[in-house]
Amino acid sequence: MWEVILGGVLVVVLMIYTLTGGADFGGGVWDLFASGPRADRQRTTIGKAIGPIWEANHVWLIILIVLLFVCFPKAFAILSTALHLPLTLCLFGIVLRGSAFVFRKYDPDNREAWRRVFAIASLVTPMMLGMTLAATSGGYIRIDQQGRWMHQDGYLATWLQPFPFMAGLLAVALCALLAAVYLLGETDDADLREDFRRRALTAAVAVGILAFATLGVALSNAPHFGWRLSGSAWAIPFQLLAGATALSVFACLWLRRYAAAKFAVGAQAVVMLSGWALAQFPYLIVPGVSIADAAASEKILAMTFWILAGGMPLLLPSFFYLYRVFSFSASR
Amino acid sequence: MTDLLAARLQMAMSLMFHILFAVAGIAMPLLMVLAEARWLKTRDEIYRTLAKRWCRGTAILFAVGAVTGTVLSFELGLLWPGFMEFAGPVIGLPFAMEGFAFFLEAIFLGIYLYGWDGKVPERVHFVAGILVCICGTLSGIFVVTANAWMNTPAGFDIEQGMAVNIDPWAAMWNPASLAQTSHMTIAAFQSVAFAVAAIHAAVLLRNPGATAHRKALAIALPVAVVTALIQPLSGDFSAKVVAESQPIKLAALEGQWETERGAPLRIGGWPDEEAEETRYAIEIPYLLSILAFNDPQAEVAGLKTVPPEDRPPVAITHFSFQIMVGCGMVMMLTALITLFLWWRGAKGPPQEWMTRHPWFLKLLIANGPLGLIAVEAGWIATEVGRQPWVIQGVMRTKDAVTQVPNIWMSLVSFTLLYLFLGIIVTILLKRQVFASLPGDGPNTDPEVD
Ligand code: HDD
Ligand code: HEM
Ligand code: HEM
Repeated sequence: MWEVILGGVLVVVLMIYTLTGGADFGGGVWDLFASGPRADRQRTTIGKAIGPIWEANHVWLIILIVLLFVCFPKAFAILSTALHLPLTLCLFGIVLRGSAFVFRKYDPDNREAWRRVFAIASLVTPMMLGMTLAATSGGYIRIDQQGRWMHQDGYLATWLQPFPFMAGLLAVALCALLAAVYLLGETDDADLREDFRRRALTAAVAVGILAFATLGVALSNAPHFGWRLSGSAWAIPFQLLAGATALSVFACLWLRRYAAAKFAVGAQAVVMLSGWALAQFPYLIVPGVSIADAAASEKILAMTFWILAGGMPLLLPSFFYLYRVFSFSASR
Repeated sequence: MTDLLAARLQMAMSLMFHILFAVAGIAMPLLMVLAEARWLKTRDEIYRTLAKRWCRGTAILFAVGAVTGTVLSFELGLLWPGFMEFAGPVIGLPFAMEGFAFFLEAIFLGIYLYGWDGKVPERVHFVAGILVCICGTLSGIFVVTANAWMNTPAGFDIEQGMAVNIDPWAAMWNPASLAQTSHMTIAAFQSVAFAVAAIHAAVLLRNPGATAHRKALAIALPVAVVTALIQPLSGDFSAKVVAESQPIKLAALEGQWETERGAPLRIGGWPDEEAEETRYAIEIPYLLSILAFNDPQAEVAGLKTVPPEDRPPVAITHFSFQIMVGCGMVMMLTALITLFLWWRGAKGPPQEWMTRHPWFLKLLIANGPLGLIAVEAGWIATEVGRQPWVIQGVMRTKDAVTQVPNIWMSLVSFTLLYLFLGIIVTILLKRQVFASLPGDGPNTDPEVD
């Protein structure tokens, strides 16, 4: 019982991280692809938007890791062994992204170079995170009788596969989409808005195509996961819902309803991650480690839950205040 | 190089890098808030400029602290999956609470750093600074309780190699927690206050008229003096806890091979692990027994009570401990000298006593790195002194290490990455510090973003 609740909490934290930290990565992606006569102003808008908030947003990732090792220690031990390489690459991305972002600000002489590092790291990190996540679903991490990972499989076969690769691309596209839509609310310059709107529409198309492609690849490369996502009882309603949210993002962008677009894109991300979680359920690592296999004792799980629940009344208003103070509308 | 050695080195390197930023994250907010409080009270623009200038340095340090801390939370699994599988649920409580402290710290630091000049109301800005200070200190305390648990594990039973009947609260408040958290918290404020004092003293030595730097020194010095005077007391308390709960670590810290009553305190010396004796040390009779147990005749256990494979590397432990205590003594003397000069200068114009004697400024400069050195040395003593255990008496480091091969590659890449970051941060901080403050030439302040 508690293990399912905490599994759900993990998914919710992942969703929040995607909607907040993911969008910060997306901002970096658009810094990389800034172009046209307003390239510099695009970059300035991006920098202003994520400057005050990215460190707070980033903590959701740390919460995710802590929850994983407190509540599901066995899964944590297996994942950090079998996925040592993508996680290490991810860490390099995180370190370079964060430090290059401040260096860019305080080292004007080399701004161009730091910008590049920041932008490229913003692309690599969500790619690796997406691959890591997909690697837990693909069935590549095989578990032996004693519940240990079969390390003779090696450290590449666990993640360097077509399905995680597609999922990584999908993650990058989703981050870029979130960022482009959020950025629409960070400026009132009509031309700049058109820039971001075009980018948002491009990203929305990319997310749509990649989502289908990833599912297609999954059917052969991650059959268990792929079948759950396309053949189980909830699959059809889920696909319809995902399609509907994706179309509503398009519609809002097309009609220039930017406030509504923000909600729609959030809903789209949440629906996509819910689909992933449903297809994964009840496994943490498909197909060898279920939520129940890896869970710590009931007491620990319950305690962790109540700590989280107890901290929220402190945390949420603080976040709300942070976002409000630095929202674009407040600065006008 | 074995994977175990590479993993240990990588963990040590990552932690020693992170701690430098962590102490800044704990203590810089206090200095900034003190400067801002002076500004709110006196409306002297210099204090505001000073707080803002410190903010810029802190922004750099904090960002690097956050990302290197993230590396650590992953590394616990990447390098020590066996340890985490066992310990994760036991020490989860402090880590979860630390997560909240990080959140609030990052949120309020965002408000503090970016909320100058009326973006948020003056009072809110000041309160945000205080909250950053509290949350930074709390996050340090929480993570150190997790480490204290590794030294004096509590709050669980073992069944078939797994921890059961876990009592997270008892694990968090284990016998070493109070000593370690208080010692570490003081160390954070002390090391940063001395480093900041040294930097401003360096400017004052060149340009004694730089009012802003004098005011900065007047904020940092009291913090430095207070912490330097209480830290040896806190360290003595730590030593007593170690003597009680980790006798072999105490023996290694002191280079004590034989079990004896009325053990001497050794200053310096060379612990020879082959011959099992400590040579060339200055021995002060009975002092170790007194310091560790408040009794000149108390028995102090020696390293020889356990077989060689259960002993930590004695030389490293002993040297690092000596370095920490040595630095602590020098800083304590410096604090006493500062008090004396302050008392004598009380009749003169305020703050004038600080720059009257160039030798005093030079003394402060020389003290600058000592706090940070003591922090690093103290941690090496604590962690190496616990070997061969990762959880004292429960799990050996070699049983905790990952089975991933070629860890040396990971070690080399992280070392190069951190070396690179370290160099950049040093250059940028230097530029921030020596960029002029008012009262010291034209104020060039390129506004970015
Ligand atoms: C500014 C830094 C600083 C200074 C001046 C001192 N220490 Fe320290 N010491 C630390 C910074 C530190 C530390 C880095 O923060 C440690 C490592 C683990 C811990 O809790 O604190 C530490 C650990 C540590 C330990 C080991 C605790 C353990 O293993 O659990 C002992 C016995 C002492 N200290 C004793 C002293 C004494 C007798 C000092 C006399 C001057 C002293 N320290 C000064
Ligand atoms: C004595 C040891 C440590 C102390 C005193 C300490 C303290 C701190 C402090 C004050 C911060 C705030 C950020 C900053 O100021 O730069 C921080 C950041 C962080 N630390 Fe440490 N830390 C220690 C060791 C560790 C260890 C062992 C881990 C991981 C297991 C860790 C994980 C983190 C993480 C994840 C962050 C980033 C939080 C953020 O994004 O705001 N720290 N640490
Ligand atoms: C930030 C201050 C710290 C420093 C400078 C530090 C230093 C070190 C060093 C030098 C080692 C290697 C010891 C050896 O293998 O000989 C080590 C190991 C380790 N430390 Fe710490 N430590 C710090 C704080 C912490 C904290 C707060 C935790 C846990 C919460 C922690 C967890 C570990 C672990 C798991 C190992 C590896 C196992 C072992 O070698 O015993 N450390 N640390």
